[in-house]
Amino acid sequence: MDQTDQTIARPVPPPSALSKPYWEGAAAGRLLIQRCTNCGKLRHYPRLLCDSCHSTAVAWIQASGRGAIHSWTVAHHAYHPSFASELPYTLVTVDLEEGVRALGRWRGETPAIGQKVAGRFEVRADSIDLVFTPCSA
Amino acid sequence: MSLRDRSCISGIGETVYARGLTSSAFELQIEASLKAVADAGLKPSQIDGVIPIGIVSGTADDFIDNFGITDLRFSALVPHGGASPVMALQAAAAAIAGGVCRHVLIAFGRNVTASTSKAGARIHNMPQFHYVTEFEHPLGSSAPAQIYAPMARRHMELYGTKVEHFGEVAVACRAHAMLNGNAIMKKPITLEDHRNSRMIADPFRLLDCSLESDGGAAVIVSAPECAADAPHRRVFIAGVAAGHPDSPGAITQRADMTSLGIGKAAPRAFAMAGVTPADIDVAEIYDCFTYAVIRQIEDMGFCKKGEGGPFVAGGRLKLGGALPTNTHGGLLSQAHVWGLNHIVELTRQLRGDGGAAQVAGAELGVVTGYGDLGDGALAIMRKE
Repeated sequence: MDQTDQTIARPVPPPSALSKPYWEGAAAGRLLIQRCTNCGKLRHYPRLLCDSCHSTAVAWIQASGRGAIHSWTVAHHAYHPSFASELPYTLVTVDLEEGVRALGRWRGETPAIGQKVAGRFEVRADSIDLVFTPCSA
Repeated sequence: MSLRDRSCISGIGETVYARGLTSSAFELQIEASLKAVADAGLKPSQIDGVIPIGIVSGTADDFIDNFGITDLRFSALVPHGGASPVMALQAAAAAIAGGVCRHVLIAFGRNVTASTSKAGARIHNMPQFHYVTEFEHPLGSSAPAQIYAPMARRHMELYGTKVEHFGEVAVACRAHAMLNGNAIMKKPITLEDHRNSRMIADPFRLLDCSLESDGGAAVIVSAPECAADAPHRRVFIAGVAAGHPDSPGAITQRADMTSLGIGKAAPRAFAMAGVTPADIDVAEIYDCFTYAVIRQIEDMGFCKKGEGGPFVAGGRLKLGGALPTNTHGGLLSQAHVWGLNHIVELTRQLRGDGGAAQVAGAELGVVTGYGDLGDGALAIMRKE
């Protein structure tokens, strides 16, 4: 593999003003999502306005990390050299029980749509990964 | 007022498509533009509207400077990736119908060989990908193949779409590329070759993915009364529309991740043209991935949602099939110039200049664009 280079860091942009609370939560092991304090609607990824009432007023609530697999893929080709040494790896799109979705890495056998999962953050030197595992509950 | 038949394609131009070209993206864009201008029987200085496609080549100002345009009356940018060329047809048709200008050049050039960034890196320079860049790229969901794969996986799970259905799209495009001297891919493939090609992002194999290629393409949209004496038969834009999916910046957050923008646009375009999918003789469908063709066929109403797989089975997209599709080879087997080659090819077909890939008696066709994370557009075009 000409792309293998484990010295290359993951591509991680600096947080924006909007997303800073999310990443601070992630570093502390908490999965935070926005809740509109005007109408109560939850939203993710972080947005300036509530798309229902158009308020900017927001609070960050902690999601449980539990949910069910909505879809998945297995990456067999690295499009950034930092991932080459990890191939193949599996990504899962998860319906969180709060009603929004999250993308994460998967630790487990071949996933199945609808499978119950639990998520947690893993802090690496170069990134903070949301990682999901099978959950029997 | 509708845009129906208020504008026409008067000129088309393409460079050689290849990998490893030495010309810059701008040089390729200009070469294709000059060919389109000549094809329309115009002088470069007669262009009075321009829509440069993409972010890698010339600006409207560059066309003024190089073409000696003394009075450019209209310019626009359409920032929706591969949907941009067909969305630009809509913008051009509206500008022309409103009397703003007479001849709009839509032009694209790219040289990915010379570029330092391939598909996985390039999109992260685009602002519309900022959610992917911040929340998905760091996890290794970097490139379109990886980002779209969950949509295809879910379509397979919900509707029973099979690997062979994806293969049908790849095989049809390749069969048509065999008939095209300006197609990059030269060897025929079978369904077995498709299934055996290496996995890229499950369920997408190598032969589900479009090409990275160099080249330029351009078309000119004109006011019909200003193209009546043009060298070629005019091809009328009978219906054109654009649509955007919900959560356009993140497929992850889209309530129905198998939905696309073209599903909203298609009824508008067919109503404008006053035709139905059953009337279409030939289709040029944006084929960034095989799955995207199947999904757009459903959303345009050629079949019900979920039936796109069986619709394409048995070679029905090949010449002589129920819906001859991507008669030039498409992005999968001709070249990837953001689908401007699809507009060029539909124009050729409706002029009757399709060569070995000509659909006999083609009078009405559709061309689609698909960009970024599911933005869509379509144009229904008819022979004069």
